[in-house]
Amino acid sequence: MSTIFMDIQPVILWTDGLIFALLAGVLVLGMFVVIGLLDSLHYREKLADSPADKPQYSIEVLSVFDALVGTLRTRHEKTYSAPLAMHLYAKEFVERDGTTVRDYPRLQFGGAHLRDAAERRPDLVRRSAIGLAQGLAAGLLLLGVLAAWQARQAKLSLGEWLTRWGEGRLGWPGRTLVCMATLLLMLAGVLAQLAAGYHVFGTDKVGQDVLYITLKSIRTGLVIGTLTTLVTLPLAISLGIAAGYFRGWVDDVIQYVYTVLNSIPGVLLIAAAVLIVQGYIESNPELFDNAAARADVRLLALCLIMGMTSWTGLARLLRGEALKLSTLDYVDAARAFGVSHTRILSRHIFPNVFHLVLIAIVLDFSGLVLAEAVLSYVGVGVDPSMHSWGNMINGARLELAREPTVWWQLGAAFTFMFTLVLAANLFADGVRDAFDPRREAGR
Amino acid sequence: MFAYLLRRLLYAIPILIGVNLLTFALFFVVNTPGDMARLQLGAKHVTPEAIERWKYEHGYDKPLLLNKAAEGSAQFTDTIFFKHSAAMFVFEFGKGDDGRDIGTEIRNRMGPSLAIALPVFVIGLLVNITFALLMVFFRATYLDLWGVVLCVVLMSISGLFYIIAGQYFIASLWKLLPISGFAGGINGLPFIVLPVLVSVVAGIGGGSRWYRTIFIEEIGKDYVRTARAKGLSELRVLFRHVLKNGMIPILTGAVVVIPTLFMGSLITESFFGIPGLGSYTIDAIQAQDFAVVRAMVFLGSALYIVGLILTDLSYSWADPRVRLQ
Repeated sequence: MSTIFMDIQPVILWTDGLIFALLAGVLVLGMFVVIGLLDSLHYREKLADSPADKPQYSIEVLSVFDALVGTLRTRHEKTYSAPLAMHLYAKEFVERDGTTVRDYPRLQFGGAHLRDAAERRPDLVRRSAIGLAQGLAAGLLLLGVLAAWQARQAKLSLGEWLTRWGEGRLGWPGRTLVCMATLLLMLAGVLAQLAAGYHVFGTDKVGQDVLYITLKSIRTGLVIGTLTTLVTLPLAISLGIAAGYFRGWVDDVIQYVYTVLNSIPGVLLIAAAVLIVQGYIESNPELFDNAAARADVRLLALCLIMGMTSWTGLARLLRGEALKLSTLDYVDAARAFGVSHTRILSRHIFPNVFHLVLIAIVLDFSGLVLAEAVLSYVGVGVDPSMHSWGNMINGARLELAREPTVWWQLGAAFTFMFTLVLAANLFADGVRDAFDPRREAGR
Repeated sequence: MFAYLLRRLLYAIPILIGVNLLTFALFFVVNTPGDMARLQLGAKHVTPEAIERWKYEHGYDKPLLLNKAAEGSAQFTDTIFFKHSAAMFVFEFGKGDDGRDIGTEIRNRMGPSLAIALPVFVIGLLVNITFALLMVFFRATYLDLWGVVLCVVLMSISGLFYIIAGQYFIASLWKLLPISGFAGGINGLPFIVLPVLVSVVAGIGGGSRWYRTIFIEEIGKDYVRTARAKGLSELRVLFRHVLKNGMIPILTGAVVVIPTLFMGSLITESFFGIPGLGSYTIDAIQAQDFAVVRAMVFLGSALYIVGLILTDLSYSWADPRVRLQ
């Protein structure tokens, strides 16, 4: 064994790096999706003192995610506090030993279990260590389950499978997958351990935990990314392929429509449409019973509008591809056999442009998440009452001028947005390299 | 050549009409002047009289398409469509909610917008192509791999972050440049440097990667192999052959945005307090000034169409095989 290791020279192929990136992208995306899904199961709690025969429900709409994070949602401080702090950001008059002094008051929840500031550092280290250990344990458990299942499938002994896993000879990147997952689990473990006793990303102006708001924003980002893409796809696919396949006046009409839409600056079209929806909501308040429903309608409208404006790029691409494909011999042959247009389109054209659609989906997704922040800044994004990274950035950007600087809100929002977009971009790269035949040239 | 140009210009007319009809539908049919008045007046002051007065003040009290009360040709001309939508074809935009003439405002604000957008465009193009050529020169090495990774990372950072970080570190913390503002002439130079720098840096990731893809595709072609077989140096191949042939896809992306540079950048101008068209638009959106938004939509579309025509012309300049017919 060891002689083999002596004789080899490590070689990193391009594909290895790409698989690495692809897996990291998939895992991080998966984690975001899980949080987003948990946050999408909404309910209203029954009020404690409501009669049993006629139950009354709280006006606050909660989600399963809120229930899972427990007290993170309700632990409000008075105002700003720095990440992992145990004192408030601003000085106040506090009672101490019978006299009133001006000092930084202790936080109600952040580090409330500590007796004095000297205990903070050891406590942070201890919690982080516990979190790391828990993450590691969860990773090992994952490996164990995977090994037991896969070894049975491949009819190998457990030891044999694990050896193959350790040497990376599985035929699929199992080693990378488990290592990455373990790293992520360890990170999550540390975050969870620290969040139980502190405000990991500090608190915002009204004292809400920034970690909680950031996690809640994940759903908004995902909804905008996926819903908009779902609006875009049918338009882009049907119109793009129809224009390229049927040509003639169909092509002229569709080209005209997308040149018109394309020539209008996107932000302005979105702004105009959002202003209109806003006007509609305001003049018909009876249709929406609570603030959450209003915010939701606006989010839905935003996705629709962004979808309506962003299908043109993909449609143009598909048109060109369909133009090329429709002149090929096998399409001619199908026509000569009297195969119907619908069948030619669905069996011969669409499968051959599918890779372009797939690449466009993932690429658009990351662009849309970034666009949300910009639109919220312009004032035509999601409802200001909704948790979103754009709203967080918009609310916090003026606070940089404070002394000392309040940076943690911006930091948290940018970090999470960056993580999601980077994961999506890496995934998109992986998908493109896997499906786009033209990209062989460089390697 | 001339006939081609004429035909392209004629083709632009139906597109502009389409844009005009679309904005008319959005702003006057879907969203009636009554709705606009309600939004502008706010919930407290909405009375039928107030709405009528607002409509009268803004000239929105006419029928949409056909004025039955008027005589002769005034039946068509004394309508909202003719006064507010058709008038845009002669660049007659009317007045904004603040009472200022939109046309004058646009002329005054084009300069500051261009002062930012033009350097960003030129420097950005040069920097991105340079980086892309470097990556292609070192292709399939670690330098190229990490270059691409860096590009993806830079692409994934929100544009707002570049601006906020630039303003915070360069202007606020190290006090190297003014944080925002604008001045005419040579005095304005220090105000321009930071927004240009930030915008160029923000565009490096996406731009260089895009150009790298173009060059990589070009380098796989037969003429490049022939050029190498002739014994040309790699640098010469890159600059004389690959760069030249890569110009067509680069032109497609670049030339079309040149006219729209006049529109400025919404976010950059608003953050840096540049009195250009971008901040004009953003203020109008935030104040819900529909007249200005409508004017900017039309102007943007017109400039985009000019860009399309310029793109076609630049093709024939870059590639003599492309003949304009």
